[in-house]
Amino acid sequence: MTAEAADLEVAKINKFRDPRIRAIFYQILVIVLIVGFVAYVGHNTAVNLEKRGIASGFNFLSQPAGFGIGIVLLMDFDSQTSTHLDVLLIGIINTLAVSISGIFLATIIGFIFGVLRLSKNWVVNKIAAVYIEVIRNIPLLVQLMFWYFAVLSVLPLVGDSMSIGNNFFVNNRGVNFPAMIPSTGFWLIPVALLVAIVASVLVRNWAHKRQDLTGQIFPVFWVCLGLIIVLPVIASLIMGNPFTMSYPEFGRFSITGGWSLEPEFLALLLGLSIYTGAFIAEIVRSGINAVSHGQTEAAHSLGIRPGLTTRLVILPQALRVIVPPLTSQYLNLTKNSSLATAIGYADITALFAGTSLNQTGQAIECIMITMLFYLSISLLISMFMNWYNKRIALVER
Amino acid sequence: MAIVKTERHEDLPPPVSQTGVIGWMRENLFSSPLNALLTVVSIYVIWGALSSIISYAFINANFVGETREDCTGTGACWVFIKARFGQIMYGFYPVEERWRVDVGYILAAIGLFLVLSDFVKNKKWPAIYTFVVVPIVCYFLFYGGSFGLEVVETSQWGGLFLTLVLASVSIFVALPLGIVLALGRRSTMPIVRMLCVGFIEFVRGVPLITVLFMASVMLPLFLPEGMNFDKLIRALVGMSLFSAAYMAEVVRGGLQAIPKGQTEAASSLGLGYWKAMGLIVLPQALKISIPSIVNTFIGLFKDTTLVLIIGLLDLLSIVKAGTTDKEWVGMATEGYVFVAAVFWVFCFSMSRYSIWLENKLHTGHKR
Repeated sequence: MTAEAADLEVAKINKFRDPRIRAIFYQILVIVLIVGFVAYVGHNTAVNLEKRGIASGFNFLSQPAGFGIGIVLLMDFDSQTSTHLDVLLIGIINTLAVSISGIFLATIIGFIFGVLRLSKNWVVNKIAAVYIEVIRNIPLLVQLMFWYFAVLSVLPLVGDSMSIGNNFFVNNRGVNFPAMIPSTGFWLIPVALLVAIVASVLVRNWAHKRQDLTGQIFPVFWVCLGLIIVLPVIASLIMGNPFTMSYPEFGRFSITGGWSLEPEFLALLLGLSIYTGAFIAEIVRSGINAVSHGQTEAAHSLGIRPGLTTRLVILPQALRVIVPPLTSQYLNLTKNSSLATAIGYADITALFAGTSLNQTGQAIECIMITMLFYLSISLLISMFMNWYNKRIALVER
Repeated sequence: MAIVKTERHEDLPPPVSQTGVIGWMRENLFSSPLNALLTVVSIYVIWGALSSIISYAFINANFVGETREDCTGTGACWVFIKARFGQIMYGFYPVEERWRVDVGYILAAIGLFLVLSDFVKNKKWPAIYTFVVVPIVCYFLFYGGSFGLEVVETSQWGGLFLTLVLASVSIFVALPLGIVLALGRRSTMPIVRMLCVGFIEFVRGVPLITVLFMASVMLPLFLPEGMNFDKLIRALVGMSLFSAAYMAEVVRGGLQAIPKGQTEAASSLGLGYWKAMGLIVLPQALKISIPSIVNTFIGLFKDTTLVLIIGLLDLLSIVKAGTTDKEWVGMATEGYVFVAAVFWVFCFSMSRYSIWLENKLHTGHKR
């Protein structure tokens, strides 16, 4: 082989060995494969849909649904005239209702048990540890089933409801409690509440400024609490108590009046918040542990009291560690609320990806819309997380 | 006269209130009035809870008998679990064929023990046995159809057996797929990276149920005419894709922890991409992400219960079906408590294993 030929050989090999050229080649290959796969699947789907006589497109959203829904909040639903779009909206409202109340409850449970887990009291510490280890290691679905079929279903019948006081009933149809029904002039109370909240923020800012200037401390918490309670009460008195109370009463077959929470909702709420609470407790524990002990000692040596140390020194630093995993737990809770299907709570998955799908047969549209809903929630929550992270990020030199 | 002691006085024992049981109790239970109150209240609560649990589960419970009529106690009636034990363990797998499942368990248990424990140092042959030989043998054992074994359709599989099959097959598929996705996410090729990021974020943003619905309802639409999977395979496809996305994030965490110098050193030695990844980066990255992989597996194991919603008879759904039996009314508590206990034992031991492993693998900065 002559030298010239060897050079040619090298040049030939080099062209394909060049990483950039190879990268372009592989990417084109991937695109071709993906496009081919999508076209193949699309073709199959089109053939299958035609063969089974299933329509496509989103026209079904405006067709009447023709089925009843157990739990309807904030909307009117009529099985004859309401459309699949209404079904979708009710599903979204129900999912949000259970997720938001679950997030609220789970946070409370999680913070309580996370703090108890750090307690120096051995018994309390172990109680929290047992709660966390037991609940985290049992599937959520088993817990939901347990709450729904083993606890709430064996509660007494409506006729022999357990009652707490005279107005609070617990039975196997859920929980009934007194309701406040607004009448004319009720608008002033929420307005007063809003004014009180705005005033509290202003007071807080003013107190901060004054403390910076003069060093005097103003009892912000008590003043704000007073504002938030007193202003709405005054508003209510001015308008002459513009609401009526509706108490649950025994009818012939059921309890009428008042508000009630259905067992499906209760089971889902309990299951979700107890399960997620255990995870949050671990997050809170590790977050507080992540703040070095030197911070506490430094605060004490500056003469700051233990309670204030926790509030002003430990918690702000712990929150920086706690919040990112906490938001992902919130996201998990929202996604897990889709297990509602198993116990018959009418959330978006049960209603839209379940009943509506079965009625119309339009699997692709229904499941895509449902997934899109969850995706947008997860996008919103991660956007919030990024914003918050940026706000509390450690500012270094 | 000088009062000077010339010998050393014998050491006094520490005060009784500072050491021993009393000292421990003073420090850990009664360090302040509030703590003392908390201790007393919690012990009261524990006493109440424990005594009612024990009397429910053991003292007032029924253990002997065959039918619902034998449930005479006020506590739990474990007769229900006993009567349906075979079904809970194996589903509707034919009784005379159940030895095949047991043989599969034993083969897998031996392999897992050799791979996971500390007794064998060289893991090459145990790993080949566990991850190549056992799955193939188990497939022929469980499904049958050759070597003179009768075919057992997957619709007859159920109970704990099905749960274990679902979990192990999904992890078996998800781990390699997750590694590929993680490498793709860190690739320098923009299109590959975009595809991987899109897939991972999409799957992680939706609940598993919708993925399972998609697998069970939409997959048949995607396939050409005449070709159809059975329900179990559809569920397995859904679960594997779902856990692959989570696995990819775990592996990516491991990959990010490996310094860039390792890749560069591999390149300077003349190793190509796949050799550098396979021989240098991945072994280190996977090693540090093993605890997280185990945790992901625990999550996956718990998530297998969701196949109830698409109608597979796993451990939870076979017990649920049992509690709706007319001959066994009112057995919901027993059933779900039993399922919870089984899952708890599996998950808790796995999480302990993961903690043990984490300590064992933590060789970097400990002296």
